[in-house]
Amino acid sequence: MLTYIIRRILYAIPIVIGVNLLTAVLFFYVNTPDDMARKILGEKNVTATQVENWKRDHGYNLPVFFNGAEEGAAKISETIFFRKSLPLLWLDFGRSDRNNIDIGGEIKTRMFPSLAISLPIFTCALVLDLFLAMMLAYYRGTYLDIWGVVLAVVLMSVSTLFYIIGGQYLLGKVLKLFPISGFDTGIDSIKFLVLPVVIGVLSSLGVGVRFYRTVFLEEINRDYVRTARAKGLGEGAVLFKHALKNAMIPILTNVVVSIPFLFYGSLIMERFFAIPGLGSFTIDAIQAQDFAIVRSMVYLGSILYIIGLILTDISYTLVDPRVRFE
Amino acid sequence: MTPVLEIKDLKTYFKTPRGVAKAVDGVSFSIPKGGTFALVGESGCGKSMTALSVIQLVPEPAGYIAGGRVLLNGRDITGLTEREKRGIRGNNISMIFQEPMTSLNPVLTIGEQIIEAITLHQGKTRKEAREAAIEMLGRVRLPDPAALLFAYPHSLSGGMRQRVMIAIALSCRPDLLIADEPTTALDVTIQAQIIDLIDELKRETSTAVLLITHNMALVYTHAETVGVMYAGKIVELAPAKTLFRNPMHPYTVKLLRSIPGQEKRGLKLDTIPGVVPSATSYPVGCRFSGRCPREMEGCAVIEPPLVERVGGHSVACHLHDAEFMSGPYSRPLRHEPDALPPLIVPHGEREALLEVKGLKTHYPIRKGLFKRVAGHLKAVDGIDLTVKKGSTLALVGESGCGKTTAGKSIIQLIRPTEGRIIFKGADLTTLSEKGLKPFRSRMQIIFQDPYSSLNPRLTVKETIEEGIKALNPGLAKKAREEKIARTLDRVGLGPEAMLRYPHEFSGGQRQRVGIARALAVDPEFIVCDEAVSALDVSVQAQILNLLKSIQRDFGLSFLFITHDLGVVEYIADEVAVMYEGRIVEQGPTEEIFSNPKDAYTKRLLEAVPKIDASLLSAWRLPGDH
Ligand SMILES: Nc1ncnc2c1ncn2[C@@H]1O[C@H](COP(=O)(O)OP(=O)(O)OP(=O)(O)O)[C@@H](O)[C@H]1O
Ligand code: SF4
Ligand SMILES: [Mg+2]
Repeated sequence: MLTYIIRRILYAIPIVIGVNLLTAVLFFYVNTPDDMARKILGEKNVTATQVENWKRDHGYNLPVFFNGAEEGAAKISETIFFRKSLPLLWLDFGRSDRNNIDIGGEIKTRMFPSLAISLPIFTCALVLDLFLAMMLAYYRGTYLDIWGVVLAVVLMSVSTLFYIIGGQYLLGKVLKLFPISGFDTGIDSIKFLVLPVVIGVLSSLGVGVRFYRTVFLEEINRDYVRTARAKGLGEGAVLFKHALKNAMIPILTNVVVSIPFLFYGSLIMERFFAIPGLGSFTIDAIQAQDFAIVRSMVYLGSILYIIGLILTDISYTLVDPRVRFE
Repeated sequence: MTPVLEIKDLKTYFKTPRGVAKAVDGVSFSIPKGGTFALVGESGCGKSMTALSVIQLVPEPAGYIAGGRVLLNGRDITGLTEREKRGIRGNNISMIFQEPMTSLNPVLTIGEQIIEAITLHQGKTRKEAREAAIEMLGRVRLPDPAALLFAYPHSLSGGMRQRVMIAIALSCRPDLLIADEPTTALDVTIQAQIIDLIDELKRETSTAVLLITHNMALVYTHAETVGVMYAGKIVELAPAKTLFRNPMHPYTVKLLRSIPGQEKRGLKLDTIPGVVPSATSYPVGCRFSGRCPREMEGCAVIEPPLVERVGGHSVACHLHDAEFMSGPYSRPLRHEPDALPPLIVPHGEREALLEVKGLKTHYPIRKGLFKRVAGHLKAVDGIDLTVKKGSTLALVGESGCGKTTAGKSIIQLIRPTEGRIIFKGADLTTLSEKGLKPFRSRMQIIFQDPYSSLNPRLTVKETIEEGIKALNPGLAKKAREEKIARTLDRVGLGPEAMLRYPHEFSGGQRQRVGIARALAVDPEFIVCDEAVSALDVSVQAQILNLLKSIQRDFGLSFLFITHDLGVVEYIADEVAVMYEGRIVEQGPTEEIFSNPKDAYTKRLLEAVPKIDASLLSAWRLPGDH
């Protein structure tokens, strides 16, 4: 098991380096430091001197990957890549281009508001999805199942924006149950969190229930379920003991990969509910054309995804005895 | 004495979009304590549905028991509540299924799966149940039962899993054991062990057994009574020995005569034309009318009842009804000749087409942190074979002995590790992929499961065309299309098959498509890897006839990989017996079968249940008037 995890992590290293390189290429070739300077200084009436000054102040006056003007190792180290991108590898995010804030510090503080909404959404949605899906599977073929599926399809065809705006209007404005948006720390945060969590759960419910229902139905039609029934087990035991355990395999692969992303927050939700998390951080940076932040967040996203994949593989070996710890 | 199981006029129907499917339509039989009753018949006749109705597990909500009674020890169980039925399932009635590989829950331990059944019905504590489970695993002769409790199904072989299934099924000492094709998915030697085991445990506990199988020899050797099922009904019911001595229903005779075997060499196998009618639209009269070789004018409209004709032998056919036969409707509509036409493949030129010398194929086994190659699995470990022009060499042996790897290595689908393969004067192992190209079309392979080897998104025409284009790119479009039509015609599929997709065909038809695809590139040598193993006997007979006739017409050579020794005896000129990657014995078929030298060959041959040879050639259609 341990060797397996170590090997997975070793395998991840070249991938992480590759991602780092790719992010650098994407950001510095597609969007050269000149472009960045011009955009931040405000496209119009920017003089070449202003651009040069900005680049010098922010450390973008060097060549991207290779500095022919320097000697020895400095040929490599005196470059934008080496100074700005490579440190991302050890999660040194540097400072933002516009306001010169410490990106790493900002990520650390903003992580918690993000988690405060994404974690409850994730757990509530998962529990609710599984519960409802299992109900539909239990009553498969009956009207409850048919209408459940219809409802799920309706839920999933409505846009998330509708849920957000509708929820804010109905629960926040008309019924005045919760504040429409905002955030607070400590215990007070709860009143701000309920609305986004309810909406987050609701907007993913349709997709989730339908997916898990399919997974359960697939398991219910397997041979071993027939064997379990032939033993005289009740439908409950068949579903919970036999089918659920097998269904966990596809469910885990679907779910575990997204766990690391809980830190990342949600762009839309945080934006609409004015939650000072990483999602709104990213959106604000995009609007402010702050490339250092965007670059950091893109890189962070890739890393979280890789972590998610590794976690998925590991969890796979935990639930499926056929997958060996090798 | 009341029989353990008595079924009276059982009807199990399904609601389908095309109407009501009468999967089981008025079936009656009974099984006494300790008796074995076998149900036989083509695929889709309703055998499994009969079994599921008995254990009250008809797939809901589409399926339902529409009528009749199922008496267990004299008590009707059809009207019980779901709760009461659960108390019977696994306790009074147990069932084992065809697919040992998928019938156990992959994520629960073997122990859990047995203990669960024991605690459920016997009110034992987990500790007692564990003791009982260990005892049961020992009784089905699994090694080290205590350790096995913690094993997961994937670490067991098919035979071991089926033993576990039997252990589960018998753990509560049921009154009735239903075995639905319990050995079909297993190796010949394992098959015999499993069936003997069931027999033995049955004797100890005097459990009654309902055995469903398509293996007629198994029925002959292990069942007391046989019911032949056709289109949802029992058409013939008799003590096993009586039935095999004197089959009375034309369907039974046809079914028995389609079994391949040594005594039928040089003859065409009997086949039943057409298919079992759909369960939603049976003919009004005799359900076998339309396919029956002895059909009379009244058959399609007047239904023959199942009537006992001679001591315990019942049959549902007008031919045995003196009154009907003297009546106005008995004029023959069809009268096929009784004798089987010869299908002799002339002895090929006795020169070698393909020679395999010292063939070895090893698969690397990877281990450790960096997946170093830690050793080799010697799948094929030095075999020599010679395939002669226009003849058939059979490669037999148990699963995992390397047959398929050998077949694939020979035609270079896997590049072997060592050895030479001389085909038409060239050593294939030394050729590059490019050098092999001209030989690719000369050598083809047909697989066991035509469904998984055909691309579901290509029509039959596209599938065959793909092969022709790759291996004979020079052929013009028109010539190509003609070729496809001709090939399809040759394998017995009409031109209308061209535009259809694999899922629209039955298993037998799909295998024909597989054969057509191989045939379309004018091969000289075909590897048939279990090509008929997944098929019903009657369909298998059609495919075997087809293979033999194309061999005769095109002078093809076959390497026939199979575990069915009846097929080997019927079709092969020579046999090579493979065991653990090596050939242990090789020679002309008759010699090997009559006088095996190697210990493994002997074991293999002894394991196969057999029908007395004197009976095999004596079956005649009734009513030669
Ligand atoms: N779920 C279902 N819905 C509708 N019809 C069904 C269903 N299951 C089975 N049938 C029909 O019932 C009939 C009998 O099927 P059954 O499985 O009992 O055949 P069988 O004799 O066991 O065949 P095999 O030898 O292939 O196992 C078939 O015509 C089949 O099409
Ligand atoms: S002879 Fe008539 S009744 Fe008898 S099996 Fe044939 S079709 Fe049916
Ligand atoms: Mg069946």
